[in-house]
Amino acid sequence: MTMQRIRVGNGCGFWGDQPDAPVLLVQHGRLDFLTLEYLAELTMSILAQQRQRDTTLGYATDFLEVLERLIPLWREQPHLRIVTNAGGLNPLGCAKRAAEIISRQDFHKRIGVVLGDDLMPRLDQLLASGHTLNHLDTGEPLQHVRDRVVTANVYLGAAPIVTALTQGADLVISGRVADASLTVAPALWAFGWSWQDYDKLAAATVAGHLIECGAQVTGGLYSDWRTVPDLWNVGYPIAELESDGTVRILRPEASGGCVTVNTVREQLLYEIGDPTAYITPDVVADFTSLQLRPLQPDGVEITGARGRPAPTTYKVAITYRDGYTCSGQIVLTGRDALEKARLCADIVRRRLQRAGLEPQEYHVECLGAGDSVPGVWPRSQPYEIVLRVSVWDTRRQVLERFARQLAPLVTSGPPGVTGYATGRPPIREVFAYWPALIERATIEPEVHILET
Amino acid sequence: MRLYDLATARSGDKGNHANIGVLARTPQAYHFLRHYLTADGVAHYFSALHPQRVERYEAPNVLGLNFVLYDVLAGGAARSLRLDSQGKALAGALLEMEIPDELVTLHLSGRASETAAQAKC
Repeated sequence: MTMQRIRVGNGCGFWGDQPDAPVLLVQHGRLDFLTLEYLAELTMSILAQQRQRDTTLGYATDFLEVLERLIPLWREQPHLRIVTNAGGLNPLGCAKRAAEIISRQDFHKRIGVVLGDDLMPRLDQLLASGHTLNHLDTGEPLQHVRDRVVTANVYLGAAPIVTALTQGADLVISGRVADASLTVAPALWAFGWSWQDYDKLAAATVAGHLIECGAQVTGGLYSDWRTVPDLWNVGYPIAELESDGTVRILRPEASGGCVTVNTVREQLLYEIGDPTAYITPDVVADFTSLQLRPLQPDGVEITGARGRPAPTTYKVAITYRDGYTCSGQIVLTGRDALEKARLCADIVRRRLQRAGLEPQEYHVECLGAGDSVPGVWPRSQPYEIVLRVSVWDTRRQVLERFARQLAPLVTSGPPGVTGYATGRPPIREVFAYWPALIERATIEPEVHILET
Repeated sequence: MRLYDLATARSGDKGNHANIGVLARTPQAYHFLRHYLTADGVAHYFSALHPQRVERYEAPNVLGLNFVLYDVLAGGAARSLRLDSQGKALAGALLEMEIPDELVTLHLSGRASETAAQAKC
């Protein structure tokens, strides 16, 4: 393909984002590409639990509802292409369900499925052949927790998505790919850039980074929130890219929120490390070379991106079982609410001790008194406090006892305990996060095509 | 004054680490904060959260300072028992940092005379 300009809109920043956002964005965004990003660092372990219960699951099921709602609009905009990582741990399963939904509406689209990010089927083989997958921060070899590993996925880059688009895919469903690559791939494909066009790849990476969290660049989360108009109707972001690497961050005209140099630069530094080296599987982008220029009436133009070759390794996101956790809340009201809350936390702990079930970790927060960021918020003596007690232990029976220990405070604690109508807090298995690196040469992404 | 008067900020997580992007409201404020808001200062400010270390990066093109707080989330999103296991509250907390008015004034007047001196040359 050789296009001069494309518009890529991101209608989903995480699994759980606004269900109407993708529909509104397609309605009003005049898009060439819609991206939908579902996979936070830990989403894979939630998907693993779902797949444990039903082997046909393991993907972001919300996407199927979105797809169903998008089909009437897609008929009117046949050139629109959709790129999503909704496939999670089971991109093929997700694609099959998507194909059913599309066919059922007597509609025809080609689906590209990106595979090859899932290392679980060959994890032992990799470890045996010397890929130790050491923890990126601690250097500890993965072997130490091997028997507890639940998921292991490589962050793939834009390349396999480009392959799928080249093969005519209207909808590309992947598992784990770097978030920015969802935007880099359409640009690379549409403009016919080469893999050595580092500055242009960096420009598209900046665009992808800026829109990947949805409304966070269009007014959501912005520090001076009072200045953001109609946040209730905030528009989801559009990256308009030119073949020369110019990027414009925009939002649909008929939407709330705002795109200003201030909202863009806040998001530029969001969840990054060294701004001179934003590393993806496609390129290493330098954010400090960018020039931001406000557009009228709204929007920001970005030029000056500089890039250099990507590293010879891929990042791997691994999750492993690490005990159990449970967190419960009650509310203390009236005089001395804070003191009473601290007493309640102590009562629960002592009753667990008496039963010989003291948790290995016991964490108390008196919300309303400054405990969410200890040592920073000014201390106060409010007349209502949310007491949040959280515990962790490797023994499930400790958690089960803890979950039964909050309600009795209503009758056997200090006066003013209320807000305990939701029942026992749920016990959750912990999937801890283990980042690692692996040589690129060991990974071979594949693309499958499904016709509907 | 508070840091909020000089800058905006946004925070988030990467595993067990958090970052806080601080964006100065004016070039003058950026030059002041480059001197005043050090990695050690931020580490001390958040000492109750026990960051293992704090690193600061500069992005002068957006008047930005990026602070990476290592191992500050007590295990990160999955493992941490804290309410704010993803460091979302850290930006707002940092913006409440008190900065002595006279320091800012002193710095700005110093820079003003510097600029005047340059203009004469």
